[in-house]
Amino acid sequence: MSVQTPNGFQLDTAGRRVVVDPVTRIEGHMRCEVNLDESNVIRNAVSTGTMWRGLEVILRGRDPRDAWAFTQRICGVCTGTHALTSVRAIEDALDIQIPENANSIRNIMQLTLYAHDHLVHFYHLHALDWVDVVAALKADPKATSALAQSISDWPLSSPGYFRDVQNRIKRFVESGQLGPFTNGYWGNPAYRLPPEANLLAVTHYLEALDFQKEIVKIHAIYGGKNPHPNWLVGGVPCAINLHDTGAVGAINMERLNLVSSIIDRTIEFIDKVYLPDLMAIASYYKDWTHGGGLSSQAVLSYGDIPERANDDSSDNQLLPRGAIINGKLDEIHEVDLRDPEQIQEFVAHSWFKYKDESQGLHPWDGVTEPDFVLGPNTKGTRTRIEAIDENAKYSWIKAPRWRGHAMEVGPLARYIIGYAKGIPEFKEPVEKVLTDLQLPVSALFSTLGRTAARGLEASWAAHKLRYFQDKLVANLKAGDSATANPDKWEPRTWPKVTKGVGTTEAPRGALGHWVVIEKGKIANYQAVVPTTWNGSPRDPAGNIGAFEAALLNTPVAVTDQPLEILRTLHSFDPCLACSTHIMSPDGEELTRVKVR
Amino acid sequence: MATTDTFYEAMRRQGISRRGFLKFCSLTAATLGLAPGFAGRIAEAMETKPRIPVLWLHGLECTCCSESFIRSAHPLASDVVLSMISLDYDDTLMAAAGHQAEAILDEIRHKYKGRYILAVEGNPPLGQDGMSCIIGGRPFLDQLREVASDCQAVIAWGTCASWGCVQAAHPNPTQAVSIDKVIHDKPIIKVPGCPPIAEVMTGVIAYMLTFERLPELDRQGRPKMFYGQRIHDKCYRRPHFDAGQFVESWDDEGARKGYCLYKMGCKGPTTYNACSTVRWNDGVSFPIQSGHGCLGCSEKDFWDKGHFYDHVTDTRVFGIEANADAVGIAAAGTVGAAITAHAAASAVHRIKQRTGAQHTEDEQA
Repeated sequence: MSVQTPNGFQLDTAGRRVVVDPVTRIEGHMRCEVNLDESNVIRNAVSTGTMWRGLEVILRGRDPRDAWAFTQRICGVCTGTHALTSVRAIEDALDIQIPENANSIRNIMQLTLYAHDHLVHFYHLHALDWVDVVAALKADPKATSALAQSISDWPLSSPGYFRDVQNRIKRFVESGQLGPFTNGYWGNPAYRLPPEANLLAVTHYLEALDFQKEIVKIHAIYGGKNPHPNWLVGGVPCAINLHDTGAVGAINMERLNLVSSIIDRTIEFIDKVYLPDLMAIASYYKDWTHGGGLSSQAVLSYGDIPERANDDSSDNQLLPRGAIINGKLDEIHEVDLRDPEQIQEFVAHSWFKYKDESQGLHPWDGVTEPDFVLGPNTKGTRTRIEAIDENAKYSWIKAPRWRGHAMEVGPLARYIIGYAKGIPEFKEPVEKVLTDLQLPVSALFSTLGRTAARGLEASWAAHKLRYFQDKLVANLKAGDSATANPDKWEPRTWPKVTKGVGTTEAPRGALGHWVVIEKGKIANYQAVVPTTWNGSPRDPAGNIGAFEAALLNTPVAVTDQPLEILRTLHSFDPCLACSTHIMSPDGEELTRVKVR
Repeated sequence: MATTDTFYEAMRRQGISRRGFLKFCSLTAATLGLAPGFAGRIAEAMETKPRIPVLWLHGLECTCCSESFIRSAHPLASDVVLSMISLDYDDTLMAAAGHQAEAILDEIRHKYKGRYILAVEGNPPLGQDGMSCIIGGRPFLDQLREVASDCQAVIAWGTCASWGCVQAAHPNPTQAVSIDKVIHDKPIIKVPGCPPIAEVMTGVIAYMLTFERLPELDRQGRPKMFYGQRIHDKCYRRPHFDAGQFVESWDDEGARKGYCLYKMGCKGPTTYNACSTVRWNDGVSFPIQSGHGCLGCSEKDFWDKGHFYDHVTDTRVFGIEANADAVGIAAAGTVGAAITAHAAASAVHRIKQRTGAQHTEDEQA
């Protein structure tokens, strides 16, 4: 039953099938099935996106200036990144130039998201894959304090502080109501931290929960609220007034100071809490080298954080752009989102229909027609699936490919490309981590490497926040306070037919929106998002996607506890509402369930 | 830091007497339509069983409600989760996955039958046999109905659960519906917004736990205390509206002076929410304060009410002689000021009529 995929992975479905549904601590809904061999090692993995919403068809016929608000609701976790991608796509289509200040503020918004999203991911979505909450009760608060002080000078580190937190957790556990920690995998032998490291991490789980809300106040200042701040085609909506009457109704000195102080605190929290914790935890899992998947052979980034406004060239992006295939780190390919040969989506194993499913389609020509059918080897029924048949259609996610290759996207992909390009601000931190942990470069291509890259990137983003806030202030000092360009606001100034593409690097990876505008309205809108890349099902040639590849060959300690599966899936920070937003042609009759 | 009191102890600490506590139990029983004998059972449960279990289900959504919830500054989300409620199921935060997660739903349903809160983020799609949202291999709709059948009350978080929101916007490809279309026999508290304000979310929970009752709801099922007034009613830019001082174009002089965003499409005059008073992110700002009009995200079908940057209405809200555009230009002189003072009153009157009519339509629908 063993087959080799074209992208070089061995799949064997002979062993016992284990199903994880729902996969929790992710955004949205997904299912994962694996086959374990007699030694309980994963030999086949199947990742299924289990939701779809249809944003793209909803957008047809709408005003392009409204699209950011709709697409922002693709995801409330990576809030803002779809909106930014959307305004960029519209501005590309309409050839709108934005002011420098708008570019700086947009970068600040995007970097704020990075800092926030990576922090919350590490502590609240991922940490419990490495940290045993219940084992924290056995820790010695004094030893925990010593551990904390040995890795960081973060002031909240006294024995009394850790004792208080431990007592709180103790009362919580003894109440018998474990809340979100109910039925966790506590005591599983795959947990390897000493009690003190567990207590330290649980303490910071709570601290980070309290602190994360501070970071996003930057979104509230420039965008009015978070989640889902406001954006604007042509710039940013927040006007700036530093000198005159009415400044209290705009971005003024007090507002700039508030942003600045939040940036300082964000840098401090990430560098003194997040990064030291990450390194401490990683040091106990150094030999857990699983989960590399596609990362050592095929990674993709569109690049982001433009230094100057209105320049989409590779050189102008502070996050690097490029594609690596066949594991050749010395060859970085240029990525062109307009080229119909480069990015294509396939649906042979997705619950969608094409006329010819052996072919892929470029997003500007994208077709999305739902086709919820299950394969003949499905166990269960159409509305009660026990085991899925991956030889047929099995996911609400399409399979995007770059020149036919399945690609991994996200922080690790960005860091590998930055490292391969020899860019010091990516290469040096990676080398430092590897040296500190005494690990070879190959250790980067793993679940832990993905988690480490995200942490490094959070710190990078926090420091770049400072850079762009200073740049904004310098530009204001030079006398330029423009934030929006309204010249092409009115549809009468637009061409009759036009199309555009916008990209960002979302926290989870490469994100692109493709739009066609006709007579002032959206004629077609397609989004290819990070989790579509990472969570993709197989393509017609049989190439597996990043989630599936990363799960292979991982041993599972306790077969009815999917701890290792969660660990690797979470390292990608899956976002399923993003990946499965796509939808049916207008007006199609769909089957309905009866409502009482 | 708060301790993990029982619910009764927590109320006592907050200065509520034993008598008040028992009254709360009777009121809860009455609100839920239970026989008086149930009050004793509720009291017993609350004295012995510490925190009210909350099962937080996710349908088709974007998770912005969960993200907003954890932004709460008062109370802190960590205190809500550790000390006020028992958040036993929430697929965004919970440690367990797969069948261990599913098992929690069964356990709470049986152990706390009629005594847990169901919180719903997102909504069920009816298309594709309900299989456009699959949980545990089955339609989300099945899970929703099962968990609803044994709950005490339902909180509909956000505009998805309350009204349908973006996936239900025209042409609603997945046939997503608000949860009151599929849950008919339980009290439903709608907390709309895309997302709702964090402190409104935790405020609704804290209110229920502290003040001896479910919040009083308006005709559309929203807590009156947070959704009783329009954003426009309490907007700090309202004086500019009254004075006829408007932003006419992005980043113009008016924008830099914080003038009214009515002409840029602000939906504050027709949107019932607490944004202009509670504000967002610990009171730091709200959309209008940061220069963008209100999108009306807590209102039913706000995605399908026209372009976001069009005026709230095309009717001549400023009286017979002048509409808003003309008033804005004329606002400099005393005559203009006089007109606007009058116009503001008629504008409010007209909007009231409009919104009232809308309510009636909703109720008939």
